[in-house]
Parts: sequence; structure tokens; C-alpha cells
Amino acid sequence: MAGPLEQFEIKPIIAIEIGALDLSFTNSAAFMVAAVGGSALFLGLCMSGRALVPTRWQSLAEMIYEVVANMIRDNVGSEGRAYFPFIFTLFVFVLFSNLIGMVPGSFTTTSHLIVTFALAAAIFVGVTLIGIFRHGLKFLSLFFPHGAPWWTAFILVPVELVSYLSRPVSLSVRLFANMTVGHVLLKVIAGFIALLGIFGALPFLFLIPLTALEIGIAVLQAYIFTILSCVYLHDALHLH
Amino acid sequence: MPQFDPQYFASQIFWLAVSFAILYWLMARFVLPRIAEVLEERSERIADDLEKAETLKTEAEAVIEAYEAALAKARGEASGLLAKAAQEIAEVSAQRQAEFAAALAKKTQAAEDRIATAKQEATAQVRDIAVDAARAITDRLVGAAPDEAAAAAEVDTALKGTG
Repeated sequence: MAGPLEQFEIKPIIAIEIGALDLSFTNSAAFMVAAVGGSALFLGLCMSGRALVPTRWQSLAEMIYEVVANMIRDNVGSEGRAYFPFIFTLFVFVLFSNLIGMVPGSFTTTSHLIVTFALAAAIFVGVTLIGIFRHGLKFLSLFFPHGAPWWTAFILVPVELVSYLSRPVSLSVRLFANMTVGHVLLKVIAGFIALLGIFGALPFLFLIPLTALEIGIAVLQAYIFTILSCVYLHDALHLH
Repeated sequence: MPQFDPQYFASQIFWLAVSFAILYWLMARFVLPRIAEVLEERSERIADDLEKAETLKTEAEAVIEAYEAALAKARGEASGLLAKAAQEIAEVSAQRQAEFAAALAKKTQAAEDRIATAKQEATAQVRDIAVDAARAITDRLVGAAPDEAAAAAEVDTALKGTG
């Protein structure tokens, strides 16, 4: 029987090597493409009616739109509208990657630290550049709380700097860890079903609510990932 | 864990970038404008309907106002007519009453005059009868009637005394 970590293994489908770089099209890449195609197809089909009074499916697509729009309005402000397509894409990409990963036998792209870290690092670098372009040297005031006595800078600046630099790490590890642990847990408990024979009904019954919980976590983590990106964007735009 | 095997790191980052870019393009180019269009159309439609309702409400209010104004005017006119009619009636009745009172007074006067005349006549007749009676009685008692003038004088004196 497959071990609980086998589901995370990456297998090349089409080997591509450019110079020394191995850019093979793997199962991970295939599921990224599936998330892209799936989400685009889903939203496109949901909105195909363009009805004034929406159908259930259209309401769903509109709801995702409204959720992201509200997230930006509440956390970034009116200036965040320019970043709406990016934030929306981010939310949809992470959401569909997480949810497609819940399909038995599939691959969860967001359970790989390198993927979540690449996303988080890109957001971190982008947000930092936005802050620097907008505020110039004043951007550095982000590392010193407004109104604190000047001599506290010796303590506060390093603390704030470390906390700022750890943002991409915490952002990526949170998503990666949640996805990995959830899938390992499901796999381990599913393994007991076969091992216990007739008593396998017990872990099976436990597996049902656990799967529902994992689907909830998949949605929640996509939401958290996106909302934290919004908060970071807000800091870069408004400096506290 | 397979997650920490760096063999496919470059591949994952590359395909992540490619797929994310494609999704961004699809969303920004097709999906988001379509949703935004539908939502905007709906909110416009709602705002339009609300506006229409507001206009209709204002119109209804204007109609009610006009109706009430007309009602108040009619009521005013009616009360004016009523007051005028009442005044006319009062005038006519006062006039008639005055006419009647005048006629009554005239009749009363005539009657009083008639009564006075009758009384005078009666008094004169009573005197004549008294004179005649006095003469007749005296004649029976004494056997000689006093002459008429003396008897009249006595009767006049007696009438004045009782008078």
C-alpha cells in the first residue's frame, strides 16, 4: 500500500531540459494547469448566462468576485482596486489548487513548500517594490512605529525588520503545512480502514467529517493567504 | 519528504509562473470584465428602478396635493354659499318680521281707537240714561221732574265723584 507521503511525489510527464535547468512538465505542473483551466472554465460557464437575476451558479461566481472585492476594500482601501485582478487571480488559483487537491488520487500543488514560497516571495518582493516606488526612503518608516520614543528604535527596528522579512516565510509555510498535514492525516486514517478489516468502518466514519473539514480548510487557507497579501499591500501603500 | 527534494524546484517555479500568468490573463481579460459588467448592469437597473419609483411617488404626492387643494377650495366655496344663504334667509325673515310687526301695530292701534270711541259713546249714553233715570225717579218720588239741565248737572257731579 502507498505510504502517506507518496501522494506528494513529483513525477515528470514530459522531460524538458533547458541548459542545466530541469523544467520538466510534471504531475505538479499538470495540476497547476488543471487549476487554471478548471477555474477559468468554472467561472466562464457560471457567467455564461450574464443574467440580470443570477442563477445559482452565477451567484457563486459573483460571490467569489464580491468576496475578493470586499477583502480589498476593507483591507487595502480604494487604492487597492488597481491590484484587484492580481488578488482575484491569487485567490482563485490557491482556492482551486487546494480544492482540486481534495479529489482522491489527485495532486495538491499547494502542498509543496517551493510553490507556496514562490508565490509568497513574489508577493513579498512585489509589495516591497510598490512601497519603495510610492514612498521612496519614507518606506523605511514602516520599520519604526509612529509616535514611539526615538531611543526605542534600537530595539524596535530590528524586531520590525525581522517580522517584515519573516512574512513570506510564515505566509508560505502556513499554506504548505496546512495542506500537507491535512492530506497526510487523511491518508493515514484511510490506511487504517484496510488494516482493521470489519472494524475499518470506524475510521471510515471518522474520515467523512474529516474530509469535510479538510475542504473547509482548503477554502479557509486560500482566504487567509489572500487576505494577508491584502494586509501586506495595505502596509506598502499606507505605511501603517 | 518529497517536498524537500530540490530536483524539481526549478520546474515547479517555472510552471507556477506560466500557469499563474495564464490565469491572470484569462481573469483580467475575460472573466472579471464580464462579472463586473453584470454586477454594474444590475446595480444600474436597481438604481434606475428606485429612481422611477421615486418619480412615481413624487407624482402621486403632487396628485394628492392637487386633490386636497381642490377639496379645500370646494369646501371653502360651499361654506361661503352656505353663509350667504343663511344671511339672505336672516335678512328676509327680519324684513318679514318687521313688516308683520308694523301691520300688527297698525291693527292694534285701530282696535284701540275703536275701543276708545265705543267707550266714549257708551259713557255718553250712560249719562243720558242716568239723567233720564234721575228725572224719572225724582218724578215718582216728588211728583215733579226737575228740568233737564239741573238733572244733567247733578248727574255730571255724581259721575265725577265716582269717576
